[in-house]
Amino acid sequence: MKYVVLGGAALATLAAALLVGPAHLPLADLPGSAIVWQLRLPRAVLAFLVGGALGVAGTSLQALVRNPLADPFLLGLSGGAGLGAVAAIALHLPGPWALPLAAFVGAVGAMALVYRLGLVGGAELDPRILLLGGVAVGAFAGAITTAIVSLAQATELRNAFLWLWGGLSGASWTLVLVMLVYAPLPLAVLVAAARPLDLLALGEEPAQYLGADVRRLKRLVYLAASLLTAAAVAVAGVIGFVGLVVPHVCRLVWGRLHRTLLPTAFLTGGILLAVADTLARTVVAPRELPVGIVTALLGVPVFAFLLRRWTVS
Amino acid sequence: MDRELILALRGVTCRYPDAPRDSLLGVSLEVRAGEFHAVLGPNGSGKTTLVRAALGLVRPVAGDVEVLGRPGHGWSRRDLARVVGVLPQREDNLFPQRVRETVLLGRYPHLSLLGGVGATDRAAVERALIQCDAADLADRWLWTLSGGEYQRVRLARALAQEPRLLVLDEPTVSLDLQHEMELFELVRTLVDAHGLGVLMITHHVNLAARFADRVLLLVEGRPVGTGAPGDVLTRETTERVFAWPVAIAPFEGRPQMIPLRLRKDAP
Repeated sequence: MKYVVLGGAALATLAAALLVGPAHLPLADLPGSAIVWQLRLPRAVLAFLVGGALGVAGTSLQALVRNPLADPFLLGLSGGAGLGAVAAIALHLPGPWALPLAAFVGAVGAMALVYRLGLVGGAELDPRILLLGGVAVGAFAGAITTAIVSLAQATELRNAFLWLWGGLSGASWTLVLVMLVYAPLPLAVLVAAARPLDLLALGEEPAQYLGADVRRLKRLVYLAASLLTAAAVAVAGVIGFVGLVVPHVCRLVWGRLHRTLLPTAFLTGGILLAVADTLARTVVAPRELPVGIVTALLGVPVFAFLLRRWTVS
Repeated sequence: MDRELILALRGVTCRYPDAPRDSLLGVSLEVRAGEFHAVLGPNGSGKTTLVRAALGLVRPVAGDVEVLGRPGHGWSRRDLARVVGVLPQREDNLFPQRVRETVLLGRYPHLSLLGGVGATDRAAVERALIQCDAADLADRWLWTLSGGEYQRVRLARALAQEPRLLVLDEPTVSLDLQHEMELFELVRTLVDAHGLGVLMITHHVNLAARFADRVLLLVEGRPVGTGAPGDVLTRETTERVFAWPVAIAPFEGRPQMIPLRLRKDAP
């Protein structure tokens, strides 16, 4: 039932994204319009995939570090991706792939560094150290990023700033295809880890007594969630709040078991980002807002409301 | 009567990295089906390390652990969770959940990767809830339970694993007398009626003496006595273990310990 509702909402969102835009197209022209097929549709689909990836990554990372405030970007990935992207902008790297590739390399570099820091005694991944290491690596990368931006020219500065707040204006069918090929593996790893993640909420020792191979679980979930986030940030920049708010909304509505939580977080995250992107490119048309601003404007009040409900009950 | 040997530790010695001394030294212990085995000792005597070593979370530096005749390190976590249910001393409740959901976690070691929760699993959950007198709690939120109810629910979760052996690490800490007695009675019933083996870590010398078939006394990781309560809990041994003068008096055929006042003339 919930999947019917969410699937219907997802289709409605995609349809709405096709209908509205700065170019006013008559309804009859829509099916044959290149604007719809080459601009609006790939952009809406990419927004949906990125939002879904962020929702799933956020849900699994919150369970991994056992901290409800965790966010896919808390573990230093946004800092690394930002540094990569801004370096690519400052160095004027050519080609449409330079920016996403540089951001991806930056994110994966930060992930590797945080992972190495989190490996205590060379064997066991300590979630607390992951959190602290993520904040440290993120702050360090952020400092370098700001240094580069502060020395940059005005147009570069604007580009860097826009990228850092996230946007899907670079969407294309090729990027959609890249996500469709890349995302299924980490998604499958996380879905396969759904039940052990339920157990991990009890603590590492109780989880092992209930049959979870916690050491392997922590590594797999960290790597899969981070690689998912790295791809999302590479194609769409740093989009905040989707990975933080979506897991909480889904937990409140559909309960805490990850078998349900992960698929619903994917659909809800996808819907949220597709809606946010449609707003980002229409409310101030013909100009665009960075989509991260829209998700923050939508997400913060929702989060504040949830927080309030939580602390009251 | 020769009942099946479920858990055996032989000469187990454990030492944490960088620790100045062994946490366990040469501990041997056997738990058979239908047997209630208690481990007694003061704080820091290695009781929890014993549980971790028995369940493969700490690798002994010497000695062997066997579960159902198979070496402890030869078990995967999932296979072990199908035969041993554990009540750890502490656990978290990160996100709110209901009692029935919690007990269902005990079925996880039995579920296949892609398969759902089947009728067998639901039946096992309901049976475990009934066994622990927790059926009427099933729809409650976990955080609304009292300490005694919470322990019964956790025991139900362990029983939903359908284990051969139950390991309980100080399950009655912070329970009042009624709930403490209820828990001991319940555990004894499970041992007698279902042939479960039980290994219980506890501070309660007198309750262990009355409910358990065998006790092991630990001091600073060293075993100082193991066997039937009547044989082990002598005045000399008990005083040595707890470092306090005591008297031992029989009650219903079991030794009971009474700690002595230091000033004999006190009122």
